[in-house]
Amino acid sequence: MSEPKPKKVYFYGTCLVDLFFPDAGMAGIQLLRQAGVDVVFPEGQTCCGQPAFNCGYWEEARDVARNQVALFPQDLPVILPSGSCAGMMKVHYPELFHGQPDEAKVKAFSARVYELTQFLVDVLDVKLKDLGAPVKVTWHSSCHAVRDLGLKGEPQALIGQLANVELAPLAREHECCGFGGTFSVRQPEISGAMSCDKAADAEATGASVVLSTDGGCLLNVNGTLEAKQSPLRVQHIAEFLWERTHAR
Amino acid sequence: MHAEHEVLFRDSAAKALLDPQLRANFRRAMDGLITKRRNQFPDPRDLQDLRDLSTTIRSRSLLGLPELLEQFEVNCTKNGIKVHWAETCEQANELILSILRAKNAKTLVKGKSMVSEEMHLNAFLEANGIEALESDLGEYIIQLDGETPSHIIMPAIHKNKDQIARQFSQKIKDAKYTEDVDELTAMARRVLRQKFLDADAGLSGVNFAVAETGTLCLVENEGNGRMSTHVPPLHIAVMGLEKVVATLEDVAPLYAILTRSATGQAVSTYFNMITGPRGEGEKDGPQEVHLVILDNGRSRIYADPQLRATLRCIRCGACMNHCPVYTRVGGHAYEAVYPGPIGKILTPQMEGVGVRHDLIHGSSLCGACGEVCPVEIPIPEILVRLRREATHDDEGSNVAGRGTGRTATEDWAWRLWAGVLKRPALYRLAAWFATRFGKALPAGAPLIKNWTRSRTKPVPARRSLSERMRAEGGKHV
Amino acid sequence: MSEPRTDTHTDARTAILGRLRAADGAGPLPVPDTAVLERRQWPAAERMVRLRKGMEAVHTEFLEATPATWPAVVRAFCDGAGLKNLLYGPTSEAGKALAAAWAPGGTQLMPYDRPVEAFKHELFTGVDAGFTGTVGGVAETGGLLLMPGPDEPRLMSLVPPVHIALLKASTIHDTFWSAVKALGWGRSLPPNALLISGPSKTADIEQTLAYGVHGPKRLIVVLVDDLA
Repeated sequence: MSEPKPKKVYFYGTCLVDLFFPDAGMAGIQLLRQAGVDVVFPEGQTCCGQPAFNCGYWEEARDVARNQVALFPQDLPVILPSGSCAGMMKVHYPELFHGQPDEAKVKAFSARVYELTQFLVDVLDVKLKDLGAPVKVTWHSSCHAVRDLGLKGEPQALIGQLANVELAPLAREHECCGFGGTFSVRQPEISGAMSCDKAADAEATGASVVLSTDGGCLLNVNGTLEAKQSPLRVQHIAEFLWERTHAR
Repeated sequence: MHAEHEVLFRDSAAKALLDPQLRANFRRAMDGLITKRRNQFPDPRDLQDLRDLSTTIRSRSLLGLPELLEQFEVNCTKNGIKVHWAETCEQANELILSILRAKNAKTLVKGKSMVSEEMHLNAFLEANGIEALESDLGEYIIQLDGETPSHIIMPAIHKNKDQIARQFSQKIKDAKYTEDVDELTAMARRVLRQKFLDADAGLSGVNFAVAETGTLCLVENEGNGRMSTHVPPLHIAVMGLEKVVATLEDVAPLYAILTRSATGQAVSTYFNMITGPRGEGEKDGPQEVHLVILDNGRSRIYADPQLRATLRCIRCGACMNHCPVYTRVGGHAYEAVYPGPIGKILTPQMEGVGVRHDLIHGSSLCGACGEVCPVEIPIPEILVRLRREATHDDEGSNVAGRGTGRTATEDWAWRLWAGVLKRPALYRLAAWFATRFGKALPAGAPLIKNWTRSRTKPVPARRSLSERMRAEGGKHV
Repeated sequence: MSEPRTDTHTDARTAILGRLRAADGAGPLPVPDTAVLERRQWPAAERMVRLRKGMEAVHTEFLEATPATWPAVVRAFCDGAGLKNLLYGPTSEAGKALAAAWAPGGTQLMPYDRPVEAFKHELFTGVDAGFTGTVGGVAETGGLLLMPGPDEPRLMSLVPPVHIALLKASTIHDTFWSAVKALGWGRSLPPNALLISGPSKTADIEQTLAYGVHGPKRLIVVLVDDLA
């Protein structure tokens, strides 16, 4: 890395991690600290505003987003354990605030946003040491991590550093799992069909855990696997990496 | 209220999802098309450069559209092609009927044209005593069953061989039952050759219109397009007004990316450039060529700088081939002429965003469509924009049916949502309740009921991340 | 305009163009970068190989010939295939050369010398093959460029079940784009011009390829090596 590595970063938990996957949030923070970075977790975090933005309620989305941007005043990287929320803040905030008086301020914020694995690999260039027992996992790439943020194999690279972990390829890896936020409840039949197919593809890999970087995908795939009483479970990649590299 | 329309797509899709044959037919076909397209673009840089070039050409053409259309009309007219303009499908249908009647034409043989589907031309002509026969094999197959196309490039893709074999044996005279594709094709050839020979007129769409030379370009594999446009004495072409580009040099890269994106072919069997009726000394070709330029809402789409990108579309169908929703429900579920992602942005803009609220929300916004679009139409962004238009009546907006999908319930829900999330103290309280009592929410509660159709109820953690970080202390600002 | 226009027409045209003009967005035109097309270049001998490979992949058949032997090659193919007749253009350059070398017996040469109306039924039912020249080829994807016209009517390459096309290797261009530029097709075009890459085909039944659906079932390219 030619640029000096940052000494201090902000961490944005996201609402789904806050409420459903707090262990993943904690793990993300620990991974950053393990890499020698000081982590600041500002009070007052709620939601990035994506649900309202995607449904066309932009004033409401802006109201929420504006408050969140204000929590990160210093010129530090903002790290999110979510491809979708990072995509919202990095790519869609500039659209949402286009023509607003605080557009420039928001754009400057957006430029500092990173998804966690992207930051660990591309900026921190972390090296992981596997302390866990042999296990087979599969990777579900979230649509927004790949298509909004342009992730190009960072999570797989991190998994690849773990000596005892076998990564089984997931058929149609880049196909949506069917979550899509409000889509999952507005179009439950189609969303359910997509989720069931994703769960079946995951089961076919023979892996014992499905990893992902997105709370929405995790919630959806996990609920579907549970409903079909599959032994397979999901885990946020941050939590998995922390467990593998941290002696308990 | 939009309740009735909101469920149109959802209901049809739900029915389609219960048909295992249909789902298998689409999944197999789409997987095959995805692979074939990928094989055509081995070098990602070449693909991106070709997409950029194609996007630039289409954007440029749209920027100068009124001037290009006028230049195109002048040159067509010079070449002997008679140009007609139609604001609506009704006008276009009437124009075509009057052209046919002037030549006393009773039978029309058709090459594939999605614009003619948009016009529901066949039904209109039949009602006026003129036989309109589809000659593209896929279109012919679905016309035999009185169906509409389920895909813009492969109209009969929802059917398998056995279904077609049964249909041919019942509906084609003297046909025996066979599942051999070559024999089935030969049957259609026998029937349709006679039709080409006897037809009073032929009709085609237009893939690209060239302003500089006044040329209509047609892309096809079967030869039925050439038959329809060269054998009968009268040729009528129909096109959407967005199809025009400046020169044939501009067409070349668009053609290259069209066939590769559509069917994974490096080139189609035929690329037919028609620049006039039978010329001086020519022994064949139609004596008359007419062209109908259709608006049907396109000029309204054109007026909006962001939505204008919709008109860049070259109708390759790659967005539907790669769409996880389309792959599962097929084209008919959309209850629209144009299915799939492009249909989800085009149909509501033509018919009204309020009445087709169902379509714009029938997407997970996964972005697969935008990723493969050869002219980089930002379909997910346009979907989000149309969702906004459906529920808001913004000043300066020109979108058909804007604001008509608004409901008090949804308005209230988003206001409440923002009210809580912009006040951290309220969120903290709500999160506290969710983590302590979320488990107690009944699985039959609204929204949760839809979620739990195929999933277990999500249960919040016992303590939120924020709570744990507060407890950790010291690391806060 | 060639005929008086109805009021509806004038109204529609005016209204449509008016709406398009009223839209803003007149800005600097983006400049196309054609480097991706310019990169597609091959030496002449390789162009011949590429064209052949591309076209053979879609069931086009090739016969090798030289500037001196091609009429005999065409003749041998026709006799070998047992063709009853071969439709040709008696006033075209290739047609004249073919007729001059055609000995009596075997496949009959049949001139396309009348308006189609005079023999439409026979054309559809009684002709075994059509012979045309080409104005060039496309190496990148494989393809023939044809300019039908008074000397070589449009239906010769479409209606008979076999189409035999004469292609000189020296006329093969890199891409369709470079061919359009070289042939001046960007500035003017005859009433009909064509690119043909193979025999008629369809995949409309269960994505299964079938050849000869409406147009020719076989496309035979007589490839004349005139590069030396």
